[in-house]
Amino acid sequence: MTLAVSDFEHICRVVREESGIVLEAGKEYLVEARLAPVLRERNLASYAELAAELRTKPRGPLTVAVVEAMTTNETTFFRDVTPFEVLRTKVLPELFAARPNGPLTLWSAACSSGQEAYSVAMMLRENFDDASRARVEIIGTDIDAKVLARAREGRYSQIEVNRGLPAAYLLRYFAKDGMHWVLREDVRRQVEFRAMNFVGEWRGAPFADVILLRNVLIYFDQPTRQRIVSRMERQLNRGGYLMLGSTESLQDVDTRFDRVELGRGVVYRLPG
Amino acid sequence: MRILVIDDSRAIRGILRRMLTEIGAEVAEAEHGGKALEVCAASAPFDLALVDWNMPEVDGLTFVRTVRANPRYAGMKLMMVTTETEVHQVETALAAGANEYLMKPFGKDEVLGKLQLLGLG
Repeated sequence: MTLAVSDFEHICRVVREESGIVLEAGKEYLVEARLAPVLRERNLASYAELAAELRTKPRGPLTVAVVEAMTTNETTFFRDVTPFEVLRTKVLPELFAARPNGPLTLWSAACSSGQEAYSVAMMLRENFDDASRARVEIIGTDIDAKVLARAREGRYSQIEVNRGLPAAYLLRYFAKDGMHWVLREDVRRQVEFRAMNFVGEWRGAPFADVILLRNVLIYFDQPTRQRIVSRMERQLNRGGYLMLGSTESLQDVDTRFDRVELGRGVVYRLPG
Repeated sequence: MRILVIDDSRAIRGILRRMLTEIGAEVAEAEHGGKALEVCAASAPFDLALVDWNMPEVDGLTFVRTVRANPRYAGMKLMMVTTETEVHQVETALAAGANEYLMKPFGKDEVLGKLQLLGLG
């Protein structure tokens, strides 16, 4: 089953309009791989049939399913390790000291199934006292309602808990349920998950002291990256930090952020 | 980085060897815990051993306990790589001195993620 050029272009247009994510020529394999399960679930015989339905029912459930399939990204617990070290040793101690009484909000943007947000929650439990931990509110947002429902459940497959999660944390924070592992309720309660789309009104976007926007900007074109970063400046409290993926930077956007090297990591600080 | 892969399955040893060689590790193999102890005794210290649990002659848990009882191997990190996935088994392995635990089946991402956690990535 192949994907015709016109159908590929239409699917790209739909994904771009709905999510801002840019799929360039050459990503046909990705579209085919991601949409094959959608074809099966919806009993569609071909990509041509799928594209035809997108054309005739542009606001229908298939559009939602296609956007969800194309925007869902695999993630891992403690991805890249270093950002969590930087948070633990530099960013959080500084913010706790700078805001001695106030709450701190940490935003895991494009959080997918919640591993990043929950990694922060576990890291707080391991390294900070109850009083400090209670001051931190963690919010995860994603465009995809299906992954948010999974995130709220905190239920992960064996393959998922194999990825980046220290075995000691698996024992301390998870209970085994058949072939799955379920995160303890008190850890889950520290994270609130909300639906939010980077394209649109940003309804549900929190004001935060730390924004984890890791491996997200790479999916957008330059004008969209500029819009997202400018908006993030407004969502971040003064003196707050933006953290990007290990291969990303703010090189091609105009921004007030200062690039700061902290230990082995790079963060972007909004002037205080 | 020197890594000892201990597994009675030649296929698993081969898969791990390929993944680890790709990231520049020097890899040695043993088909059970007894052979692994011989290899350790006869060579320069390893940074890490990947240890299957169920093996003939000397099993992985016995290997872990033996290594942890010998100060000569204090610097060697140990990660179980096993089909055993029950909570009490993970607890037993960590209590015996394993630093990490990887459940089979695994892929390259899972192995490299665990190496990062061990400070070897």
